[in-house]
Amino acid sequence: MTTRKNSDNRIALLQGTLDLLILKTLLLGPCHGQGVASAIQRRSEEVFFVDHGSLYLALQRLEDKEWITAEWGLSENNRRARFYSLMPKGRAQLIEKTSEWQRLTRAMGLILGDGTVQNPEEA
Amino acid sequence: MAQRKRSGEDFAQEIQSHLELETEALKRQGMSEDAALQKAKSEFGSVSVARERFYLRGRAEWLENLVRDARFAVRQLLKNPGFTATAVLVMALGIGASVAIFAFVDAALIKPLPYESPSRLVNLFESNLTGPRFHLSYLDYLDWKRMNSVFSSMSVYVQDDFMLSTPQGTRQVDGVRVSDGFLRTLGVRPLLGRDFHDGEDLTSASSTVLLTYAEWQNRYGARPDIVGQSATLNGTAATIIGVLPRDFHFAPAAPGGFFLTIAPRDNCGKQRGCHNFLGVARLKDGVAVAAADAEMKTIAEQLEKKYPDTNRNRGANVISLTDMIVGDVRPILMVLLSGAGLLLLIASVNVASLLLVRTENRKREIALRGALGATPARLMRQFVTEGLVLTTCGSLLGIGGAFTAMQALPRLIPVDRMASMPYLQGMGLNARVLGFALIVSAIAGMLFSLAPLLRISFANLRQGLTEGGRNAAGTLWRRFGSNLVVIELATAMVLLVGAGLLGKSFYRLMHVNMGLQPQNLAMMRISGSASRYSTDTAKVDFEHRILGKLQGLPGVTSVALSSDLPVGDGDGLKTIAFAEKPNLGDHNEVNDRQVSTGYFATLQAQMLRGRGIAESDDSSSPRVTIINQTLAKRYFPNESPLGQHIGSDVSKYPLEIVGVVDDIREGPLETATLPAMYMPSNQEPDSAFFVIVRTSQAAQSFLPRMDAAIHQVDPGIATYNAMTMDDHIHDSQSAYFHRSSAWLVGSFAGMALLLGVVGLYGVIAYSVSQRTREIGIRMALGAHRDSIHRMVLREAGRLAIVGIAIGLVFSVGAGSLMRGLLFGVRSWDASVLCAVVGVLAAAALLASYLPARRAASVNPMDALRAE
Repeated sequence: MTTRKNSDNRIALLQGTLDLLILKTLLLGPCHGQGVASAIQRRSEEVFFVDHGSLYLALQRLEDKEWITAEWGLSENNRRARFYSLMPKGRAQLIEKTSEWQRLTRAMGLILGDGTVQNPEEA
Repeated sequence: MAQRKRSGEDFAQEIQSHLELETEALKRQGMSEDAALQKAKSEFGSVSVARERFYLRGRAEWLENLVRDARFAVRQLLKNPGFTATAVLVMALGIGASVAIFAFVDAALIKPLPYESPSRLVNLFESNLTGPRFHLSYLDYLDWKRMNSVFSSMSVYVQDDFMLSTPQGTRQVDGVRVSDGFLRTLGVRPLLGRDFHDGEDLTSASSTVLLTYAEWQNRYGARPDIVGQSATLNGTAATIIGVLPRDFHFAPAAPGGFFLTIAPRDNCGKQRGCHNFLGVARLKDGVAVAAADAEMKTIAEQLEKKYPDTNRNRGANVISLTDMIVGDVRPILMVLLSGAGLLLLIASVNVASLLLVRTENRKREIALRGALGATPARLMRQFVTEGLVLTTCGSLLGIGGAFTAMQALPRLIPVDRMASMPYLQGMGLNARVLGFALIVSAIAGMLFSLAPLLRISFANLRQGLTEGGRNAAGTLWRRFGSNLVVIELATAMVLLVGAGLLGKSFYRLMHVNMGLQPQNLAMMRISGSASRYSTDTAKVDFEHRILGKLQGLPGVTSVALSSDLPVGDGDGLKTIAFAEKPNLGDHNEVNDRQVSTGYFATLQAQMLRGRGIAESDDSSSPRVTIINQTLAKRYFPNESPLGQHIGSDVSKYPLEIVGVVDDIREGPLETATLPAMYMPSNQEPDSAFFVIVRTSQAAQSFLPRMDAAIHQVDPGIATYNAMTMDDHIHDSQSAYFHRSSAWLVGSFAGMALLLGVVGLYGVIAYSVSQRTREIGIRMALGAHRDSIHRMVLREAGRLAIVGIAIGLVFSVGAGSLMRGLLFGVRSWDASVLCAVVGVLAAAALLASYLPARRAASVNPMDALRAE
């Protein structure tokens, strides 16, 4: 399996969404940068492609804001890697941004979806 | 937790580890070591770029965001071209007008005069019973200079003109005569050559000359070897000893040109009663103008006692030179600057109000972007960027407009009027004007960046997704905006009425009955050498040769000469008496003119009674005169003036009235014609006069041929003031005054109208955007689109009517205040008032039409759901 079998279907990440995706990935446990990138690609069914330069800058930005923290450790294959983990501030942000995002996608769905997108909570 | 700086080395290691991890993952998928490494690297992209971005991350992020914000702002602004164009245009107008006027203020009032410590210079006058600003005699000047203790130096000057001999014939040139120390008093050194030596005015008057920079450039082609050359002035050769600095000007004796010394050894210099000069002096350190004035008045009193014959009632008057030069324009400029400032303020408030309307409509977008993770700070920065982009565009356009206006405006001022304000020549976009423009723009930019922020509560971004913003602040703004619009409309109304009245005055003025047909008249003043044409016979012969030469030119219908031109300053007065009316009293002043046979025919003036001037009216025949209709009516109301006798002396009445001509406008256009009498030039000849030619083609193109023909008669004749009668009337003091005031008030009125319309649009559009829900409910309840349309128009109409009504009251008031400026128009001229009300009503309708249409096209379901 190759990671780029249909690169035309990939979508560049929207401004501001990368932070949310990083926080969500780290919710599952500490992870290094390469792991975060491949997790995002894998879990989006290869639709999102993460620009690695932007990823590491975003990680650094979140670290500066103290939403996540980082330390050097060893990977499962005994390779040195910088592991990131979620901080309480980041966890709070994740909850808030997720609910905002859901309201947004629901609103977008209502407008774009011709009623085919059903929201089970309100239908 | 303390922030610790992470090293670039650490970041590089992290990238290295990423590549290793990635390679390993790929190898597990079955790739070879090399291929996996290759792919990991290509997938990562440029490592060096990533490292660079890490190094620069603080700055890079800021810069990147700035660029992105600016690009986004431009996109946002382009998405709504109507809004953007209006805001930029209004801004540009406000900034352009104030910067252009500031440039005038700077040139006239702020930029120091081109002398050393100009504030220490004063101008000296003698005062007499008629007024405070009269000339000094040379002997008084010497006494003032000797007796005073308040001036470190004192000089005199007088404006003069000279006859310059050139290869193309004699030309009249402007100049100044000054005493030896004149330039040293001002603290000015010549750019080339030397200043006048001490005593040079006594030893070698008129044999040395200094040129102004402009004269050197234009007449002598900026020759570097100019010093030492000679110029023949009034028939005498003078050595050019120097060139004055480029920025030098001296308005009291403008336009300058040739600077010669005074000639105090002539007759006038020996008589205390011959007043020929104005004084300029430099105050000693620590002496105030008032103290100098007091001392000079004391000295004048002493001289009055000593020389009672010549110095009775002659005082002294000392005023600061700066006040003398720019005192007249200062109040006008200050009024203009305040007007421009007010316009700018209104323009800014209008743009701010437009921005508020836009912010209101963008609440959803803001909430959406907040939901996508934009922080309040980022959103604020976005608005600030948009405000700055808008301001930058408006300012650049405004400064460009101001620059164009600065080039164009001085050209609207007639040349001789411009010459009396030489300080305006240096006007331009200098550092002070640019600084002013930048400060004004910065303030506007701040206002426009912050205005939208007031209306957005970033803490409650999410509410924006679901709620419309109806709150107290919005209502307050609406009320403030409405009042502002009423004031704007009223101001526009007053200015429009003012412009209309002045415009109509100007029209009436240009169509006043002048008693002549001004089209196709070419005119020129000529002056023959006084020594060559000294006797009356020689003068008459000279006149005949000139007239004969011009009459023979192709395209000439008729020719005439006259001692003065019609539509002049109304000067050339003479006191008269009548043989048949001994008891008329004093002060019977009339205009007197010496004209040739063809004068009335050339002007196409109407003879009413008797005959015109005949060729046979010469020195051998009885003296005759033609009087105008006004003189006939005033002094001979119920009898025929023909055959009656006039004289300028009560004992002698040499002139017989032989004809009456319909009034020719001798004085300014707006003043009633004075009584006038016309004498045959053959009986009172002169060697200097105006020639007037009626041509069959355009008069302007005839002027050069006229000049050449006159010089063929005698190359020593000086010709000047060549122009057509149309231009003469157009450039006359009263036409210039009425035209420029109509233009000035008109341009302010145009800007005020535009601002009023934009303001009205802003307020109505804001109101509609706030009332979308209400409109939706009304429509859901069955209101027709037409009625919504009417509702919005009614709101706009109410503001417009209140504004127009208030404006009307003030217009009539303003109209009667400017009664003195009007000509042939009443201050409550109905046609002007009606036209202005019509224009304002149409403009108001236009401004409210767009928001009304938007309101009427609201979809009730959308409106209700949106709230």
